[in-house]
Amino acid sequence: MREPIIVVKDLYHRYGDFTAVDGISFEVEEGEIFSFLGPNGAGKSTAINVLITLLKIQDGTAIVAGHDVAKDPQKVRESIGVVFQEVTLDRDMTCREILEFHGRLYQMPLSERKRRIDELLSLVQLDSKRDVYTKHLSGGMKRRLEIARGLMTRPKVLFLDEPTIGLDPQTRTRMWDYIRSVNEEGTTIFLTTHYMDEADNLSKRISIIDHGRIVTTGRSFELKNTLGEDLVYMETDDDVAARTVLREMPEVREIQEKSRGIVLLLSGDGTKVLPLIMEHLSAGGIRILVVNLKKPSMDDVFLHFTGRELRDEGRKNISPPTGRKGGGGR
Amino acid sequence: MNLGFLTIFWRDMIRFFRFKTLLISSLVQPALWMAFFGIAMSANFNRLTSQIPPIPGVPIVDYLTYMAAGVIAMTTLFTSLFGGIVILFDKNWGLLREIFASPLPRNHIIFGIALSGMTKSFIQAIIILVFAIIIGARFFVGYTIPQTILSIAGILLFVGAFALGFLFLSAAVSVSLESPEGLYGIITLLTMPIFFASNALYPVSAFPPFLQAISLINPLTYLVTGIRYFAIGGDFQAIGIHYTATPGDILFAFLFLVLFGVIMFALAWWRFGKASVT
Repeated sequence: MREPIIVVKDLYHRYGDFTAVDGISFEVEEGEIFSFLGPNGAGKSTAINVLITLLKIQDGTAIVAGHDVAKDPQKVRESIGVVFQEVTLDRDMTCREILEFHGRLYQMPLSERKRRIDELLSLVQLDSKRDVYTKHLSGGMKRRLEIARGLMTRPKVLFLDEPTIGLDPQTRTRMWDYIRSVNEEGTTIFLTTHYMDEADNLSKRISIIDHGRIVTTGRSFELKNTLGEDLVYMETDDDVAARTVLREMPEVREIQEKSRGIVLLLSGDGTKVLPLIMEHLSAGGIRILVVNLKKPSMDDVFLHFTGRELRDEGRKNISPPTGRKGGGGR
Repeated sequence: MNLGFLTIFWRDMIRFFRFKTLLISSLVQPALWMAFFGIAMSANFNRLTSQIPPIPGVPIVDYLTYMAAGVIAMTTLFTSLFGGIVILFDKNWGLLREIFASPLPRNHIIFGIALSGMTKSFIQAIIILVFAIIIGARFFVGYTIPQTILSIAGILLFVGAFALGFLFLSAAVSVSLESPEGLYGIITLLTMPIFFASNALYPVSAFPPFLQAISLINPLTYLVTGIRYFAIGGDFQAIGIHYTATPGDILFAFLFLVLFGVIMFALAWWRFGKASVT
């Protein structure tokens, strides 16, 4: 394991009576893409705001890029880049001016600013929009410009808070490519998302966060493996009897009761186990009405660890939100 | 030396020159005050005061010249009180987060906004000066060219000190509020007493005592006093009142504005330290 670039221990954050972050500890390795996956309101943004020093740390410790956010916030700010959840571009400035302003904020010398602006605009393919006001950009272009801005100062860590929220599926996929290429150049990436597929596709490691707590952390395949190799969903004419029969089978690791039907976590290959299950059930006189075999997805992982699906708005957004307004159009 | 505040200044000036309607209206509005209110009022005041016997040996100043100084002061007041609003917009639109998450020290945001607000006030003050002279205000009468330049510098010094105080106040209020509507409300509340309980449009000597007391702690009064001293002189009569100002009075007026600015800066500093944007 490489050196951790972010070390968080027992981080708490409260707003009055409400505990937004309830004692989380984790490490991010240098050079990896690390995701916080959780529903809206899980505490992801609060945690990120503490790490980027916008919120004063209340309890616990956090070291980012070798600097303590409590003791040396200035040094932390110098070492990081941030892409916020909402679009934070001045509508009445051009793409070049947005980057120029950012470079000046970080006291970059003029020649370096010029070079970097050229490099980044071509990286995110906005060369042709150089002198266009940001209000005339599409949602995806705005996001790309913000990512370019986050990279302007060559940060050690780039924080991305819900980077593809409100983007159409094609743009999301391209955005993921940008994020990967940025990561390949050596920037550690910390991202929060409530999209399962985003965490699954992009990150090396994922922490599932819910109600301000980290429920579990691991690589995507490790998390899925905890659910066994395959999942079977079935409905029978007598679920109670079916459960009794299935409990006796060593290949069935766990049985979960659903509002309709049951879900089985299998420890073996589903294509081989499923015929066995069907045999056992018909031997017990139980008729199968519906059956479905699938590999565990991140949705199932989330469901397994939190005991429920992504709640509230998060739930509506499990599939990419094609119908939503683009890029937080302000 | 950290010149980060110049970044904030740079962006605010880009916006000032980019929004053409705002730019033109902010330059035309004070001229309109002069053209309509000034000419109408001076016609009336000159008729009313023509009966008053002039004080012998003291130069007479007509009302237009008298109130032109007040219009410069008033414009500076309005522009400065609104100067912090960009912070409120940036806060509402999330743009302030980029700045707060950057290594730029927070007091540089205050300095940057103040510097751009002051620059806007300078531009406006000069435009009003020129326009006032065109429509007949008798400024800098009998001054040599070096004296005129020095006087303009003196006026700008006063305008600058005054503008800074109110820009700091505006920044402090803006960073504490959530919506522009709140700021409009507060500005409306502040401008009435500040503007009317001052010597901008008429003498304070006829005020009832409580209004006079307000005018004495009113920074606008000291700004107007300073502008009149540099533009008209230290000894003149207008609307039948004899005005005198010694260099000592002017120094006191200036120090008063500086003190006001320092207090307002402390207020802004405190509010910015408290502010959190997420």
